Amino acid sequence: MAQVVLKNLKKSFGTVDVIKGVDLTIEDGEFVVFVGPSGCGKSTLLRMIAGLEDISSGTLSINGQVVNDLQPKDRKIAMVFQSYAIFPHMTVRENVAFGLTIAGASKAEKDAKVNEAARILQMEHLMERRPSQLSGGQRQRVAIGRAIVREPSVFLFDEPLSNLDAALRMDMRMEIGKLHHDLSATMVYVTHDQVEAMTLADKIVVLRSGSVMQIGSPMDLYHNPANLFVAGFLGAPSMNFLDVTITEMDDTGCTVRNGALDPVRIPSLPKGDTAAKVGDTVKLGLRPQYLIPSIDPASGTLHGKVILTERLGSETVVDLALTDGTKLIVALPEDAQFERGREVSLSFGPARAHLFTPDPELQASAKH
Amino acid sequence: MATSTKLTRSNSAGWAFALPGFGLMAVFIIIPFFFAIGLSFTNQRLVSPNPTEYTGLANYRQLLGMGVITLDAVKDDAGQIVRDETGAPTFPRVRDYTRNNPDYPQLQGMREWFSWGSDTSRTYVLARDVVFMTALMNTIIFVIVVAPVQGGLALLLALLINQRLRGINVYRAIYFMPVVVSIVVVSLLWRFIYDGNSGLLNNMLGAISFGAIKPVDWLGNPNTALGSIILMSIWQAVGFHMVIWLSGLQTISPTLYEAAAIEGSSKWQTFRYVTWPGLRNTAVLVLIVITMQAFALFAQIDVMTKGGPLDSTQTIVFQAIQRGYGKQDISGGSAISVILFVLVLTISLIQRYFTREKN
Repeated sequence: MAQVVLKNLKKSFGTVDVIKGVDLTIEDGEFVVFVGPSGCGKSTLLRMIAGLEDISSGTLSINGQVVNDLQPKDRKIAMVFQSYAIFPHMTVRENVAFGLTIAGASKAEKDAKVNEAARILQMEHLMERRPSQLSGGQRQRVAIGRAIVREPSVFLFDEPLSNLDAALRMDMRMEIGKLHHDLSATMVYVTHDQVEAMTLADKIVVLRSGSVMQIGSPMDLYHNPANLFVAGFLGAPSMNFLDVTITEMDDTGCTVRNGALDPVRIPSLPKGDTAAKVGDTVKLGLRPQYLIPSIDPASGTLHGKVILTERLGSETVVDLALTDGTKLIVALPEDAQFERGREVSLSFGPARAHLFTPDPELQASAKH
Repeated sequence: MATSTKLTRSNSAGWAFALPGFGLMAVFIIIPFFFAIGLSFTNQRLVSPNPTEYTGLANYRQLLGMGVITLDAVKDDAGQIVRDETGAPTFPRVRDYTRNNPDYPQLQGMREWFSWGSDTSRTYVLARDVVFMTALMNTIIFVIVVAPVQGGLALLLALLINQRLRGINVYRAIYFMPVVVSIVVVSLLWRFIYDGNSGLLNNMLGAISFGAIKPVDWLGNPNTALGSIILMSIWQAVGFHMVIWLSGLQTISPTLYEAAAIEGSSKWQTFRYVTWPGLRNTAVLVLIVITMQAFALFAQIDVMTKGGPLDSTQTIVFQAIQRGYGKQDISGGSAISVILFVLVLTISLIQRYFTREKN
């Protein structure tokens, strides 16, 4: 089927580099999600694969064929847009059949393929309606139907769920996942929503400012983030970061502490672009789910006070102010009772903690 | 109640603000409109010592009165058709039937408008006011040619300038420039261009054909005068409609074009399936505006030909003004205005019906 290979792919608008050299192999049948904050270049990268943006340098090949200079229609791709991009003056049937109409397919072939797509997406009852009579989710379904009918080697999704409300988004997310399973097609999906990325992807590509920060399976990225950016981007609520000082260090780990944290040995070395040494300030990353609070001041290594408790039903999010003034978030299963103002101590498994060297770019953006 | 007084007070302020505009509209548009309708049923003259009389539909009858008469060729005693020197059959004079002929009272005062026929008989269409009929036909020809050609050309230009190219604004400005210039100035300039002796057009045609094309008196020849005015009018206002098309084009979402490109749509297919359906409302607007403007053709005629030569460029509005002010027959002019109003209204309604949103 279709393997997509990006080799040192670059894109510049004038002197501004938007994509700064991306290397990536998307295997046949794989579901790859490009994720990152707005302006990270994820949509541009997808549009380069689609052929809607020129490639400044590097090569893009689909099925072993370099497609840099091919028109979008010749790349055997189909794309689903955030704004659906369905034609308002055509019925659903005409929209789904558009590519076949353009290609001059026979009526029988059109009917067969369109009906098959309608069956897969369970929208047979919508076929004679016009887009103005459809809800957002139904419109997106039409757009996906139009993509299916093309029988593409690669499906491209550009933030397809962003315009939907929360409940519908979850439904459609599951449906896209099911669709991937049923069609076993190669899919590339762009989103800024890390939940979509985590739930759908076989492989996540985290992008920032046009560069790949990390590539890996969702759980790999969740448990072993390669840098501060990836660690902070994936997971909800996001990972806590504490400024800590290295007091001891060897090949297998280091001991860190700060004003609110008793010295603790972390069995891993700080990750990031620069090397750290004893006496450096690094970031200690702790997932809110892996912190265990206790009202016994001696039972944990971190010390602070409860300032807010938010009960979400399935979990309770507790905001804490540590003794050195920094904020910390703890996520507890179901309903846990912590009154505001109560002194607590927190413990955590050192193996689940991460150390990162500071990221100058992140700090710069945090100050603004 | 407190709320109602507040409402009334803010309403009175609103009315006060609206008054100057509303007053001007009333004085210059609304009242004259009803005045024209009223006057068209009278014999009012612009300046006259006689009192105004109600004359019913006399003005309309005078303008629109038509008759048809079929005459057999004149035969001699032997039953042979009498022919003139060129061999053409001779027919009785039409004015024998339209002047004091007691057998044909309904044709009294009419003149020949046009005729057709064979060797043995000829059918004459007569009109009570041949000049008005000519004006009506000229105006309709003008509309029929200008509406599609100007609209289509404007769309073509809009498509051309709706691109992201360096310096595209220069072209936008160039195409729009004739719209900014007063139609009177444009007409004066084109009078020089069309000049029969040393006009720009004749000189250019002569130059590119090395003298093979002889100078034509474009505005002085009944065969070319209306065409020349049509051409110039299309050129003058095409930029305006181009801008309307352009605004319509820019409301079409670029992602629709991207989706079409991915589906493999050719340029023509993209226009056919994406652009044109997206321009539907714009098309209705452009068509109706061009039609209304074309029916109001006046300034070009007034500056360039005054309706001549041989009434070949008479138009409805030119006639209305010439009657009302030139001949001081304000009731006749009013009647022409009312006829024009009904005509434009009818055509606009028909256009709206055919371009209505289906389902």
